[in-house]
Amino acid sequence: MSSLRKPQPVPRRDFLGAAALMTCGATLGLATVGMARLPFPAVIAGESSKIKIGRPDDIAMGEERWVPSARAFVFRDKDGVHAISGVCTHLGCIVSRAPTGFACPCHGSRFGPQGEVTKGPAPSALPWLEISLAPDGQLVVDVESRTATGSRFRV
Amino acid sequence: MVASIENTPSALKTFAENLKRAPIRLRESVFRHDWPDTDRTRSQAVFANFFLHLHSTRIHERTLRFWSTCGMGVGALANFVLLTVTGILLMVYYKPSTDLAYQSIKDITFIVPTGQFIRNIHRWSAHMMVVFVLLHMVRVFYTSAYKSPREFNWLVGMALLVLTLGLSFTGYLLPWDQLAYWAITIGSNIAQSPREVTDAIGVTRFFDPGGLQKRILLGADTVGQEAVTRFYLLHVMVLPLFMIGLIGVHFWRVRKDGGLARPADEPGTPVRLLTGQTVSFAPAPEKTYGLMALVRGKTPQVDRGPEHTITAWPNAFYAEMAVLMATCTICLVLALIADAPLKEIANPGVPENPAKAPWYFLGLQELVSYSAFMGGIGIPTLVLLGLGLIPFLDSEADTGGLWPTSLTHRLLIAGSAFFSAFVVIALLAFTIRFGWLRSWFPHIPQLIIIVLNPGTLLVALFAEFSLCIMNRYNSTRAGAVALFTCFIVAFVILTYVATVHRGPNWSFYWSRSQWPIH
Ligand code: HEM
Ligand code: FES
Repeated sequence: MSSLRKPQPVPRRDFLGAAALMTCGATLGLATVGMARLPFPAVIAGESSKIKIGRPDDIAMGEERWVPSARAFVFRDKDGVHAISGVCTHLGCIVSRAPTGFACPCHGSRFGPQGEVTKGPAPSALPWLEISLAPDGQLVVDVESRTATGSRFRV
Repeated sequence: MVASIENTPSALKTFAENLKRAPIRLRESVFRHDWPDTDRTRSQAVFANFFLHLHSTRIHERTLRFWSTCGMGVGALANFVLLTVTGILLMVYYKPSTDLAYQSIKDITFIVPTGQFIRNIHRWSAHMMVVFVLLHMVRVFYTSAYKSPREFNWLVGMALLVLTLGLSFTGYLLPWDQLAYWAITIGSNIAQSPREVTDAIGVTRFFDPGGLQKRILLGADTVGQEAVTRFYLLHVMVLPLFMIGLIGVHFWRVRKDGGLARPADEPGTPVRLLTGQTVSFAPAPEKTYGLMALVRGKTPQVDRGPEHTITAWPNAFYAEMAVLMATCTICLVLALIADAPLKEIANPGVPENPAKAPWYFLGLQELVSYSAFMGGIGIPTLVLLGLGLIPFLDSEADTGGLWPTSLTHRLLIAGSAFFSAFVVIALLAFTIRFGWLRSWFPHIPQLIIIVLNPGTLLVALFAEFSLCIMNRYNSTRAGAVALFTCFIVAFVILTYVATVHRGPNWSFYWSRSQWPIH
């Protein structure tokens, strides 16, 4: 009885078998990890995030316009030009202009005139986008940027 | 050696002989039994055939009664077969590219001979498959057929449910019309929605599972060519392969678990078979033919004789063929009546308004309209976990196979349904009328809304209700029945409201005629 309780040396055969099995497992595991890397693209193909929206003079004082290529609303007032993203922060639909600000068609989010959420599931305000001036004199909106609500690009 | 050659017939003669017998030998090499016209040869046929042997050679008489299965499992399979055949046909013309996809669907609809009809069948059987799979799950649940030893098959079934929904979702993008584009935009942003949580606690920069999920799905940041390629690959190759494999396991397990769940036999009453024969099962079998006559080795179930069993061929095959024909008929009629939709070509600048997912996801879309993460990922995960755990948490012994008959049991189901309907409708009415936290406290932290929204409230109420019932009836099965009923009823009501009563800007409308013109 007592000899059964003592730790027994692992027979050579079992040891080699287990070692082979583990090697096999490790190889398959590593191969799987390697293959899982493939579907994650290293480079995201796509257009530049910087979109030209025309010369400052093209936008009249007090005008607002929808720029489809940038998916953004561009405004000009006495303080300058600013752009508010039209992509809903909930699940990415395009909002439309409503009397009280912006409205999203997909799940009913509403935003105030500054892009702040007033109703619905959107977790955050519509971001204001950075505006700069290209060397050729055109305004450029960076659709991936974020800038403080209320900041204007002076023209 | 030479001498022995002289004694045997000439090779040419043997050759001629073999040539003559070739067709017979070919047949014999494929089928190792005689023409199947007796019970014995038919049983042999079922046993020896790769496809047929998913059946045992004899099945229990109860299996074929309509109310045992309602034919829903086989119906789901029939739809899968229809989808595979019509899907291959559609692949002949479909081109998975953002430039060509829409045009190729148009060609299929308007130019390809029978193209529109085939496309209609594909659409309709996709819808029907979802319905059948859901009803099948409902039947398995209410007949207690998930209990030991069938727990694993319940899990395999859930994987099949997820695959069915996954196939529908990936197929939805392929036409590259407005419906497709915006449904997938929303779907992929739901995959990204764990960001709602990581953003709220401010760790997205280091830990962004949502972003990774979206990226592996779309291969890019927006729905475009990469997404079409990936969805096409999943839709025509990866998911169907998994589906076929798992359906095989599912059926195999039905057989290995001893056939369908059923109560103990009650001998005596004669049964009329589909073939028109009437048989009665004597309490003590006089016949002793069974699998032993056909199979070397043990039968799968040594402790039960052939009582109450009938041959799979022709009885089960007739029944299955009947379900197959009925499914095809319904599908063909639907395909003749209503055409598969095709909207304008995808336009990333203008969303559909309202942008609705396919109907079986609309319940989720309703929940998503409270919180993207909770509605799209949190609650579905909880529901799947809850469903998957049912057989393990409710382990009260039950042979299964019977619909609830006792008054208490039926009252419990009706009561749970009523409770669920009341809670869901009240909560919906409240949110539609008064809004939710964000409308009252615009600056409330998002985390609070993620935790506390109509969706999570429903889940909590259902869980609470089910625990109460479990306690009151002192039965885990009662708790499971309460919970399952609550979820099914909630699913139906949410789906209904989102389908019928949600209009432009996801506002509530009593009827479509009230939608504003735009
Ligand atoms: C592609 C989807 C599915 C197909 C084709 C399928 C097919 C089948 C078939 C043909 C049967 C034999 C009995 C019958 O027809 O009812 C069966 C039994 C069963 N299925 Fe499914 N099924 C699917 C999905 C599911 C789902 C979603 C569940 C539950 C989560 C499930 C759980 C079960 C269980 C537990 C059994 C054994 C029932 C018993 O013994 O009475 N299946 N399935
Ligand atoms: S995408 Fe705007 S509310 Fe859902």
